Amino acid sequence: MELHIALQKNFGSFTLDVDSTLRGNSIGVFGPSGSGKSTLVSLIAGLQQAESGRIVLNGNLLYDTSRRINVSPDKRRIGIIFQRPLLFPHLNVKNNLLYGFKRSMAGNRTIDFDTLADVLRINHLLDRGVNNLSGGEKQRVAIGRAVLSNPRLLLMDEPLSGLDDTLRFQIISYLKSACEIFAIPYLFISHSILEMRLMTHQVLSIEQGRIIEETTPENLSRICMGLNPAGYVNLLKLALSHQLEDMCVYLWGNTTLFISGKNDQPDLLFELSSKDIILFKRHPEAISARNLLQCVVTGIFESNGKVGIELGCGDERLVAEVVHQVVGELDIAVGSTVFAAIKASAFRRLG
Amino acid sequence: MFTLASSDYNAILLSIKVAVTATVLSLPFGFAVAWLITYGRFRGKVALEVMTNLPLTLPPVVIGYLLLLLLGSNGFLGQLLDSIGIRVIFTWRAAVIATAVVGFPLMVRSIRLAMESIDPDLVHAARTLGATRLNAILTVILPLSMRGLIAGSSLMFARGLGEFGATIIVAGNIPGVTQTIPMAIFEYAASPSGDTMALMLCVVSISISIVVLLFHEYLCKRIMRAN
Repeated sequence: MELHIALQKNFGSFTLDVDSTLRGNSIGVFGPSGSGKSTLVSLIAGLQQAESGRIVLNGNLLYDTSRRINVSPDKRRIGIIFQRPLLFPHLNVKNNLLYGFKRSMAGNRTIDFDTLADVLRINHLLDRGVNNLSGGEKQRVAIGRAVLSNPRLLLMDEPLSGLDDTLRFQIISYLKSACEIFAIPYLFISHSILEMRLMTHQVLSIEQGRIIEETTPENLSRICMGLNPAGYVNLLKLALSHQLEDMCVYLWGNTTLFISGKNDQPDLLFELSSKDIILFKRHPEAISARNLLQCVVTGIFESNGKVGIELGCGDERLVAEVVHQVVGELDIAVGSTVFAAIKASAFRRLG
Repeated sequence: MFTLASSDYNAILLSIKVAVTATVLSLPFGFAVAWLITYGRFRGKVALEVMTNLPLTLPPVVIGYLLLLLLGSNGFLGQLLDSIGIRVIFTWRAAVIATAVVGFPLMVRSIRLAMESIDPDLVHAARTLGATRLNAILTVILPLSMRGLIAGSSLMFARGLGEFGATIIVAGNIPGVTQTIPMAIFEYAASPSGDTMALMLCVVSISISIVVLLFHEYLCKRIMRAN
């Protein structure tokens, strides 16, 4: 997918002014609330018009003020998954799902209804009224409805911000699998770095209506580490090895991790804050933390007064956060060996 | 004893016919005006709103008189209709027009209330799913305004049954032609021996109104349940 946007729009004292060409199939638009993300979504979908500018999607001109071209939203084939499900209350689940499908051109229909219903696990809901669905079910139907309209591009406008944590990670996996299976490129809009890392490969960072930078989600979280109360969030996909009293032992690369809490699922995603890793220069003899890893420093970076230490542990990577003095006191440099201590309770299970 | 003269039956049927016709004719216009006021962004929107609501505040007699000027043999519309052979003044058609004008603001108000409660993002969702502007109106706004359409129609029909002031001026009080229930009651009330007959028509009037209100409640409940 290639999307070129060059747009200017004024709202009183606020101006949105962006110019960029986005290439890729999972692109994030990151920024704080009020930075113009949702306006950008409306402009790309054609629900609002910019005062001047151009939008070109895959070589197809959708909007051009100089040539007075403005393709209407229904002809753009750009679907939106909104923050709220916005299901049509007068239609049942099946008719909601088919609303966009019926209006798509027969030649563009590549999505199979039954396959999608399987992927989103909504087969058993088809005859229900939409007011009898739970929050997660509603959002799944909304995803299905947008995907079934056979869009060339899906805009996801903070689709997870109305959901609680457990639901959030469930919906992320539905969003990802639906878009991957049916090969639909998407723009994912959010103010959450974690969501950016789980959903995108490339991020457009926006502030006060302007593009600050184009970067990777990994870089973005490093840049934001010093400002984020949670620091840098390490994401660890772990395979369960066995239970040990009130802890579980997981395989991580060629080592093991002890994590508090019981679990019976084979694979799990955990987050670990960079602030929860304590570094030692030498092996401490006895410590209460259940995990002690011997690591090699593979990188050092600055972020708003804090220092991030990238640790290599076999093939795996972790980022720990320290203050400036520590770097000198522990003689931390790329290539040096350190020991990282992590409490078993410091890991937080996602989803 | 409950007895009605044959002219009374005519008056009852004519009342219903006039009120139904005026309501049915006003529905599409009422929907369109309510849509323009709720969603439209154009110059003169305030003027449209004021014009729509004006009959609500004007004495019906004033409306009747203005319609008489417009539709009469010297009026602009009257001459136009005369040239194609349609006579309006002092026919049941005039009663329909008078009823429609007087009841129109009630209908628009009810539809507007329903439309304003529709989440505008639902329309946006429909547009991005491939619905043209008109298609989104017909498949999202129209069904979701149904309660307003029903409420507006019942209100307008009920108001139409009672319409007197404007109708008597443009349509007159001709038994069998333009005499509706209120006209008949008016005539009975003016004659010394008409009390019982007037009362009978009052009972009929009340009964029709109750039936309409019950029907309205029933439809609204059904829609609530369906949603």
